[in-house]
Amino acid sequence: MSPIVKKVTQLVSGIIFLYGIYIILHGHLTPGGGFAGGAILAGSFILLVLAFGSDVLRLRTKEEGSSLTESLAILAFVLMATMAMLLGTKIFFSNFLPKGHIGELISAGVIPLYNIAVGIEVAAALFTIFLALVIYKEEITK
Amino acid sequence: MEITLSILLVFMIVGAVYALFAKDLLSALISCGIVGYGLVICFLLLKAPDLAIVQIVVETITLVIMVAVILDSTRKDLKENIVIREKGIPFINARYVFNVLTVVVLTLFFLFFFNQAIDRLEPLGQHVTRMATGYIENAAEKTGSANLVTGIIFDFRGYDTLGEATILFTAVMGVLTILRLKGRKEQVNGE
Repeated sequence: MSPIVKKVTQLVSGIIFLYGIYIILHGHLTPGGGFAGGAILAGSFILLVLAFGSDVLRLRTKEEGSSLTESLAILAFVLMATMAMLLGTKIFFSNFLPKGHIGELISAGVIPLYNIAVGIEVAAALFTIFLALVIYKEEITK
Repeated sequence: MEITLSILLVFMIVGAVYALFAKDLLSALISCGIVGYGLVICFLLLKAPDLAIVQIVVETITLVIMVAVILDSTRKDLKENIVIREKGIPFINARYVFNVLTVVVLTLFFLFFFNQAIDRLEPLGQHVTRMATGYIENAAEKTGSANLVTGIIFDFRGYDTLGEATILFTAVMGVLTILRLKGRKEQVNGE
């Protein structure tokens, strides 16, 4: 890509990343949540790969990392859902943490933690699919 | 409100139909984008900002990936003329008349029952179900979440969210399995 695209990507991608984190963390207060924020995070990574490109070896290590991250995130989600059963409530998806005041950042019990897990899962999943397509294309053209 | 929605929906249908008859894959893809972004405006008009954010981001990422795929692929496929009818047979024959009649009769049939069905419904945006009323009145106190949508999908409808996350995980596994070229080649060479 041209130097203009690279420079603008350098300036913008960090801001997109921060915006995705904001959407995830404020998912229980403002519109948005895990899915939307995770897709925005994946968008910032995809923008970087599209603008700068990369050799296949580095992309393959990144793909392994993002695939591992995705699996760990969904594992964390299921563990949080079953955590209440281990604590003795006997309800799947029970909200076992204190709920706090409505409207504050730290409130709503487990819901922000669910949001974070789902956000990481969605971001890693979309990025893994994109990387798989890019690596496939590079291997085909070889 | 409903007039604006109708205009938007007609616009989206025109975009979707144009995508079928476009000569170029790229223009077909961009007219498919009309459908997605029109849907974003529909969600905003129907006061569903959560869905609008998800839809606009996913639509943009999908469009970017598809454009990248199309720019790299061969574009010779659509240059051939599609044969609509065989030579020697008149354009209006018995089969043509039968097809048109079937479509018209089925359309009238479904429109009649659609009209019967929506006759008893409340106007757009007026919920009548018992569960929705309970959710709207009690969700904030029961879950502690100020955003009711997040409170519902992670607390009352937790199984749905788990299912969606599992579907995404399965999709990634499928893509990785299908697109993994190296392992397949090694296996073929090893045998």
